[in-house]
Formats: sequence, structure tokens, C-alpha cells
Amino acid sequence: MGNVIGIGAAPKRKEDQRFLTGRGNYVSDIKRPGMAAGVFVRSPHGHAVLRGIDKSAALAAPGVIAVLTGEDVKADGLGSLPCGWGISDAKGVPMKEPPFPMLAQGKVRFVGDMVAFVVAETPEQANVGAELLKIDYEVLPSVVGLLEAVRPNAPQLFDDVPNNICCDWELGDKAAVETAFRKAAHVAKLSLVNNRLIGNPMEPRAAIAEYEPGTDRFTLWTTSQFPHVVRFLMGALVLNIPQHKLRVVAPDVGGGFGVKQFHYGEEAVITWAAKRVRRPVKWVASRSEGYVSDRHGRDHVTEAELALDETGKFLAFRVNTLANMGGYLSTFGPNIPTNLYGPLLGGVYTTPAIYCNVKVVFTNTVPVDAYRGAGRPEATFVLERIVDVAASEMGIDRVEIRRRNMIPKEAYPYQTPVLVQYDSGDPMGCLDGALVAADVKNFGIRKAASASKGKFRGLGYSTYVEACGLAPSRFAGRLGARGGLYESATVRVHPTGQVTVMIGTHNHGQGHETTFAQIVSEKLGVAFENVDIVFGDTDRVQFGMGTYGSRSLVVGGAALSKATDKVIAKGKKIASHLLEAAEVDIQFEAGKFSVAGTDRSKTFEEIAGAAYVPHNYPLEVLEPGLEEQAYYDPVNFTYPGGCHIAEVEVDPETGTVTLVNYTAVDDVGTVINPMIVEGQLHGGIVQGVGQALFENAVYDEGSGQLLSGSLMDYCMPRADHLPMMKVETHSTLCTHTPMGVKGCGEVGTIGSPAAVINAVVDALSHLGVTHVDMPATPNRIWRLLQNASLPVAAE
Amino acid sequence: MQISFTLNGRPTTVDVEPATLVAELLREQLNLTGTHIGCDTSQCGACVVHLDGLPVKSCTLLAPALDGATLLTIEGLQGAPGSNLMHPMQEAFREHHGLQCGFCTPGMLMTAVALAAEKPDLTEADVRHGLEGNICRCTGYQNIVVSVMAGAAAMNAAKGE
Repeated sequence: MGNVIGIGAAPKRKEDQRFLTGRGNYVSDIKRPGMAAGVFVRSPHGHAVLRGIDKSAALAAPGVIAVLTGEDVKADGLGSLPCGWGISDAKGVPMKEPPFPMLAQGKVRFVGDMVAFVVAETPEQANVGAELLKIDYEVLPSVVGLLEAVRPNAPQLFDDVPNNICCDWELGDKAAVETAFRKAAHVAKLSLVNNRLIGNPMEPRAAIAEYEPGTDRFTLWTTSQFPHVVRFLMGALVLNIPQHKLRVVAPDVGGGFGVKQFHYGEEAVITWAAKRVRRPVKWVASRSEGYVSDRHGRDHVTEAELALDETGKFLAFRVNTLANMGGYLSTFGPNIPTNLYGPLLGGVYTTPAIYCNVKVVFTNTVPVDAYRGAGRPEATFVLERIVDVAASEMGIDRVEIRRRNMIPKEAYPYQTPVLVQYDSGDPMGCLDGALVAADVKNFGIRKAASASKGKFRGLGYSTYVEACGLAPSRFAGRLGARGGLYESATVRVHPTGQVTVMIGTHNHGQGHETTFAQIVSEKLGVAFENVDIVFGDTDRVQFGMGTYGSRSLVVGGAALSKATDKVIAKGKKIASHLLEAAEVDIQFEAGKFSVAGTDRSKTFEEIAGAAYVPHNYPLEVLEPGLEEQAYYDPVNFTYPGGCHIAEVEVDPETGTVTLVNYTAVDDVGTVINPMIVEGQLHGGIVQGVGQALFENAVYDEGSGQLLSGSLMDYCMPRADHLPMMKVETHSTLCTHTPMGVKGCGEVGTIGSPAAVINAVVDALSHLGVTHVDMPATPNRIWRLLQNASLPVAAE
Repeated sequence: MQISFTLNGRPTTVDVEPATLVAELLREQLNLTGTHIGCDTSQCGACVVHLDGLPVKSCTLLAPALDGATLLTIEGLQGAPGSNLMHPMQEAFREHHGLQCGFCTPGMLMTAVALAAEKPDLTEADVRHGLEGNICRCTGYQNIVVSVMAGAAAMNAAKGE
């Protein structure tokens, strides 16, 4: 008999046993009888007319079973990959939405665009078949940069998308902002680039599809963060497979970070192919293939202006951004740099007027979509950078200028001028906590110590707020969402009192099997070890929107909480009958149903037993069984926030930036498992540090080749790049989620890029450096230092 | 060709194409899928196994090199023989939340065990440097570093007993 382990405890994770012993079950581990192998043939050109494909030599190669191309897709009358969001410009004109065929038709638009799928007995034979395809391309000039893509005479990706602009989106009161700028005592200006990133979950994407002719059913195993959404998008909109004939399984998935929350063409092609060849087919991406096909993140070019009065109060904020969509619209693509960016430009400040214009632009690059934080790190970076610029120009301390503009704790709920209303928060509390935790008061001593070694030390602050817990369906619908964003949970109580939960979120590192079990253990008084969490299989789980946008605990956990409430409510009815007492007199506490004021009670197990062996049971008014389901649609986003402080040391000899200290104080609402929350914060922070210091996806203008196409060219953070971080929570409770939770998956990635770059700029400010674009690589810093040193050398 | 080697303590003989990588042999032919493949440039370290007691990236090693050798994979990592317990390093990773999605974990563990065996008094800097060839995208490495130091201490303690 185990123990209840509830909210706030830190049990070791249930999922760890299988991962520690090499017994995980990832898609690439799965084998099916008679399985064939598939490889995708991808465009080597950034932009080209696809004049024709000669399959004959490939089909004649040993072991090759089938070669499928865009012409076959067309002949079978299949749909193109849908975009889940439809945004509009200021006049209400919908975005340009050219079709995204699962295999290219007529033209290829990025290096990696899929041209054909070769199925063979073995991967080696499929690769040989792929080599033998004769593909006739007429190569066109590529355009990859945002400024280049919107220039007159730039290469045009689509005939009906003038200037490559998908949508000219805006938010906020432009006139009010202009008025405020006219009255400003000071205007700070900043041009910046938010660098393009590649998510790189350690498990490359993979899929296996199987068709059973006897039942006309398909099964797709895929590395997905949202199997039900894949079933819906692919079944209903691409392949025309009825939902009840399609099972999508996402078993153990080795990291997602957004990269695996889209419906990919590979999934549709392999499912379609499995029926055509009447064999299970497996495809596993290589890392190199992932680089040119996993959806990329970020990639903005921004001009920002902040208007201030003479005391440093923010009067208005104006932001003009070009956002890269790549060659086609991915599942959430146009939503990220618009709805998840503009509404966060208020940050934790009382800026009364904000205007944001985003031109969403097609280029000959991999489609860009959500990557951990998605829109919110970009917004935070613009805001927190320009606050530092303004502080420096006006001679106001960086902490002081933030304090002067922060939303006070008592002003919540706080309506921003950009749609969102924050329910709760305490930015000043987070800032104060971070100043102490980071030992800011002794920074001068540390800076002097660095200086004595010939190094420049800098301190950088970033506050942030994010909208997570995606999302209130009605609100999202008004912004252009084409689906709902609720979550669902089923609590199945077995006759012996153990519990299986079926939940629509997906666990790929977040520890849901543990956190959700804690919620059930606490609420039902069931031993922690007697609760299992099932996810990732559309045949086992009723429905769900999956895991992204820090939504699993906020939305899924709320559904779970509601479902356990229903179990308790039914249990009370059963107990009322068994204990011969009025239902209102039945109390449930610590796993026991009792009659108030008496010693008569029934255990949770006894009630479960009675529900399944209903001999003495109110069958006239109550169904047997003890299993309840709940759907939860949030009324608002949740708004985690916090303050991050980075400390760096710059070596002027080499330009190397070393992160020496990092402190985060985050408000994530109620913490269910502090060990897991801390782990999420660590990982999130390091992904943001990666963006700030190391990571950059670089394309060659003209050819459209990805130059940073492997782990040898794209620098991922490694253990020896990092210090021990200090993370703390300073929580206020969300006022509208059942448990007061806010979500914690993305906060680290949102706060850290600005904190790190602000620290780098601080370290170099004595040389006149006012901005450094990410990533702050040794090369970039060294060049800055050479230029900065020139006037000094001339003295 | 036929090769014979000791795999996780058991004599093993397999017929293998000479161009097969050890990682593929383990995963595809021997159904030992705990050894993962996370990249194609020998950078990520998800495939680390022990060859004759030394950590190697099995994605860069051809199967014939195993002939006559002793190979230990994550499936063979364990505590005291016959005890059914996990290895102290595995326990340390569980205790200190040194894993999230689990994909890099087998390679991390194999590297960590070798690191601890090589140097009894590991410093944090030693661990960070020693893990340079293993990439984790989830944890930010902090809890991995803590786990490795705790696991190494437990290995030392067990040796002393």
C-alpha cells in the first residue's frame, strides 16, 4: 500500500525507469511485420521549376517497391497541408494562402522541399532508388533574407503573392501612438534581428504507417506532440480518411520544443503510401534531413521605437517587424509572429499606447513555425532591449527605469492596450527577488576582478510576461484559429480502486506521468503508484489538442481536475446509498467517503468495488461503473512572468562571451512538482542562452542553400558552455485555472535571450557598443571590438 | 561475415554485412533499441556504448571491429550482478532529475559511467568537459552534471565497500 503524493511534493518521475534502462519506446524503435523502408527525395535547390521526374531507372532498381511524386498525389485527388490559422490585414483582407502540397507540384520552394518518396525493401535500397531518380529542374534565383524578399524585383515565390507578402498585419491604436510620440521627451530607437533557429530535439522525426485491408484501417506512428490534431488535419483535410478509420500513435517522443507540433507532409505521404504498397512503411529522418525539413523558428527583422517622458515613463511603443514564413505556411506559421507577438509587447509595463505592424513574408527557406516560446521571446527581446537603450540614452539606471514603468501588484487584473488582460502577477516582487538572488550589490567587485584579468564583465536584466495555456477557444477563434484549443481527460477508476487517466496532452520530457498522477493522488486520495497516465494514442485517448504553448498542466491539468471532481461527485452518490445517508451529508476526504458527524465511512476502493459489482446499488437512478470525462476550455490565457539576470564575461582577445552566472525568478503560479518545474526552467533558459550566444540558421542568398546544416555547423549549447544556474519561483496564483497554475515550459526561453544580450552590451558599453545582434559569437564580438577600438588606438 | 563478441556479458555470434555500423547492428539486428541515433556527424553522443570498457560512439564504429571484443550497452548496465538493481549512475540520474525526454539518456549514462571510472574525484569542470560530446536539448545540463557527480560518488563508495 503506497502513499498519497500530492501537489507540491517532488516524487521521482514515473517515466524514468524505462528511459534509464534503455526500454523507451520511440517511433524509430518500432518494427512491424513485413515492414518496408521509405526515403524522401528532397529538392537540392532553393527555388526551381520542377519540369519532370523520370522514375524508370529507380523503379527498376533492386528492392524498389514504389516511387511516388506530386503527380501521383494530384492523380489521387489528395489535399494540401492545411494551415491551422487564418490571419487578416487591418482591412480584414485574409492572408495569402497558397497550397502546400505534400509532394512538390510544379515548383520547389526551399532546399528540402519534398519531391518524391521511394519505398523499398531496405533503407539502403530505397536510397539507391532515390539516387536513380532523374529530376529535371529549371533553377530559379532564390530569396532567403527578409529585406531582400520584399524589395521590388525580388524573386517571387508565388504568382499571386505580390512582393512575397503573405499578410500585412497590425495591432494597436496607431493614431494614439503617433500622438504620444509627438509629446515625447525622448524617443529611443533600435533596429534588430531575431536570429533564425532550428529546434533540434535529440530524437529526429520518424514515422511508420500501416494499412489493414481487412478493416480498412490505417495506423500512423509518428513523432508528434499532438496525435489527435494530426489525425484530424491529415485524415479530414489531406487524405480523406474517416476519423474512425485512422489511428495515430505518438509513443515516447524524444523532445519536441514545437518542432513536432505540426502536421508534416511526411506523415501524409507515408500513410498514403502504406495503402498503395499494402505494406507497413517506415521512415526515420537523419539529423541532416531534419535541418532542411523540421520547421525553423524566429527569423525577424525589426525596427522599434519607444517614446518616453522626461522622467523615463513609457508613453508609447511602436514596432515594425518583417517575419519569415519560409516557402509555405506551416500549421501555426502565420499565428506565431502576429497573435503570439504583438499582444506581448506591453511586457510587465504600463505603456498606454502600443502599435505593431508585422509583414509576414515568404522566402525560399524551410517553413517557419513555433519554436519554444514562439513569438513571445521575440516580443520580450525587442522590448527588453529597447528599455536598456532608452535607459542608457536618458542616463537612468536600468533597474530604476523598469521599476518606474512596472505594473504594480495591486493593479491586476491589468488590461493592456494590445488585447490581453493579465489576471495576476507581481513583476516587482520577481525583480526584487532576482536582485538579491543574483547578488547584484556585489557585482562591482566581480567586475573589478574580471577587469584585473583583462576581461569585461556585464550584467543584463530582462523581465517578461507571456501568454500561455493555449488557449481560450473563443478568443483564439476571433484571432483566426481554425480549431478549438480545449483539453480533455478521462479518469477511469478500476474495480480495485487503481486509476488510469487518459489525457489529450502529450508527454515528451515534461514529466506528465508524474505531475498528473500527483494531481489524481491528491484529489482522490489514491496512492501515487496506483495512478497511470495514458497519452499519445488516438485509439486509447478520447481526444485532445496535445502539448505546446505551456498548455499541458494549465489546460490538460484543469480537465483532469474537473474529471476527478466528477468521480468524487458520483462516489458521493454511491456512498450515500451504501451508508444510507443523504448525499449532502457525505464528505470526501483523504480517500474516504463519510457521513458528516458520524464514524460511518466507505473507502475509495469500497466505492469503486460497489460501482462495478452493483448488487447493493441505486441502479434506478445511477449507472454502474466509475469513469468520468471532462473537457476544459480556459476563459483566458495564463500569464507567467518573471525577472532574469545574466552575468557574462567577455574576453577581448578572442571575443568569447562566457556566461558566468544566471539567475531566474519566475512566477509560474502553483507548483505541482518543484523538481520538474526547476528542470523545465533550466532547459528553457539554456535554449534561450543558445539563441543569444551560439545558434544561428544561416542561408546563402541567391542559392538558398542552408549553410548551417548539421550539428557541426549549427552550435548547440553543451555542458561546458554553461554555469550552474540559480532558479527560484515567486508565485502569484492564476485566478481562473482550477489549481492556480500558470505553466512553465517556455518561460526560460522567453526571458533569457534579452538578459544575456543586455549583459553582453553592458560588458561592452564602455566602448560605445549599444547593441549586439544574436548570436553573440566570438567572431561577431571580436569584430565589434576591433571597430570599437579604432578611436582609442588613434588617441 | 560472422563476428563473435561478448554482449552485455553474453557470448554473441552474428552474421553481419561488413559495412554495418555498430549502432545499426544493435538496433536493427539485435533489437537492442536503447542505443539511440541522434545525428549523422558523430556529434550528439546518444549512441555511446562501452567497447572493452571504453566509451565509443557506436554510430562511427563498423561491426567487424567488435570481433573478439566486449561490448556493454545501456541494456547491460546494472548494479551489483544478480541484484536486479540499477547502476548507481542510473539511480543518480533518477534521484537528481538528470533526464527529461530520455533520448540522450542512454548515451549520457554510458559516458558518465566511463568518466567516473576513469577519474575518481570528478570536479564540476571535469564533468562538463567530459560531457562535451553528448548533447541534451531538454535539461540545460545542470541536473545531468549534478547526477554525474552524485553517481560518481556512489560508484566510489561502492568500490570502497
